[in-house]
Amino acid sequence: MSKLQLITKGIIKENPTFVLILGMCPTIGVTSSAINGMGMGVATMAVLIMSNMVISMIKNLVPDKVRIPAFIVVIASFVTIIEMLMKAYVPALYASLGVFIPLIVVNCIILGRAEAFASKNGVGASALDGIGIGLGFTLSLTVIGAVRELLGSGAIFGMPMVEGDGIMPLIFILAPGGFIVLGYLMVLFNKIAKR
Amino acid sequence: MELMTLLVGANISESVRGAFETGSVSVQAITLVAIVIGAIFVNNVVLSQFLGICPFLGVSSKVETSLGMGMAVTFVMALSTVVTWALQTFVLAPFGIEYMQTIVFILVIAALVQMVEIVLKKVSPALYQALGIFLPLITTNCAVLGVAIIAVQKDFDLLTGVVYSTATALGFALALVLFAGIRERLDMEDVPSALRGVPIALITAGLLAMAFMGFANVVPLP
Repeated sequence: MSKLQLITKGIIKENPTFVLILGMCPTIGVTSSAINGMGMGVATMAVLIMSNMVISMIKNLVPDKVRIPAFIVVIASFVTIIEMLMKAYVPALYASLGVFIPLIVVNCIILGRAEAFASKNGVGASALDGIGIGLGFTLSLTVIGAVRELLGSGAIFGMPMVEGDGIMPLIFILAPGGFIVLGYLMVLFNKIAKR
Repeated sequence: MELMTLLVGANISESVRGAFETGSVSVQAITLVAIVIGAIFVNNVVLSQFLGICPFLGVSSKVETSLGMGMAVTFVMALSTVVTWALQTFVLAPFGIEYMQTIVFILVIAALVQMVEIVLKKVSPALYQALGIFLPLITTNCAVLGVAIIAVQKDFDLLTGVVYSTATALGFALALVLFAGIRERLDMEDVPSALRGVPIALITAGLLAMAFMGFANVVPLP
């Protein structure tokens, strides 16, 4: 597989959200606005790239039986680093993402890539795989966030998009909207991808 | 549905208010009741806090299996909250290493699930038969880690923490069983091909979440 393919496959063919259907909790939980979705996507991508690289480096040192706990420790360490960095440099985003930042540890995308790709491939390929899957996740979260923000508050990335008095169906920002918007976007994605 | 919601809501808030006025129940008991109702209905873990959606979508095709999963999660969640609370209070906080929280908690939960599996296999084979297949799945259930972290963040004492986590897990079980009931019927319907599978499940979950929004304002949030 060429280097470019490694990056692009995560965006459409193996899109973690719409095709693999992994990591649903942050996907619905934080996408009440485009910026939150994007922040979560970038944080997850950073953890994914670094954990993929480290796991591919240590793959021959770790005994097979304890590999899952070992992977979890590596992932949790990077999550802790990202958590501290976000707390220091983007406190507003840190506050709005809340409990979902430590929960990046249990995001099945990261452990899934560690097990399915990084533990079998070299460091360079694992990094590219992390970038690809991370980009796919970030893009999906940003799109879902943008749609929900537009429908629920008439803005995208905080910029007003709708003329008028600004009364919008708030339900799209609340819990039910998350499920419903994701469901319909998945239908749309399936329709387009099948063509 | 809405009428039922309203009726339930009125009853609960009236009985809580009544208990306050007569002074027959201590304030702590009232708080605990509020936490229980809040965690099961108002802030349902799946439908309004978005935790544990993977098992919610994955294991909810039959009512029976979702009951088993719900019980296993309740068991592990209550136990892990006790252990993580103790670790936070007696180890992490005194030594000032709260930043290790994520790493320590996930390892403790993973180890605990393994231990529960081993102990259950020896002590109660019947219970192991019922819950066994669900236990390995629980480590990656983000609701367990999420509730442990939230209980610490909210500064709950041990009793409140255990009540909160048990109620949250019961809320999870309730959502799972309700959803499984809906999906069992959905299987027999003629769903358009693009919507089949996960999309229709998500949209149904959205409608269920909308129904649960009816519980908002039933009790003041703890």
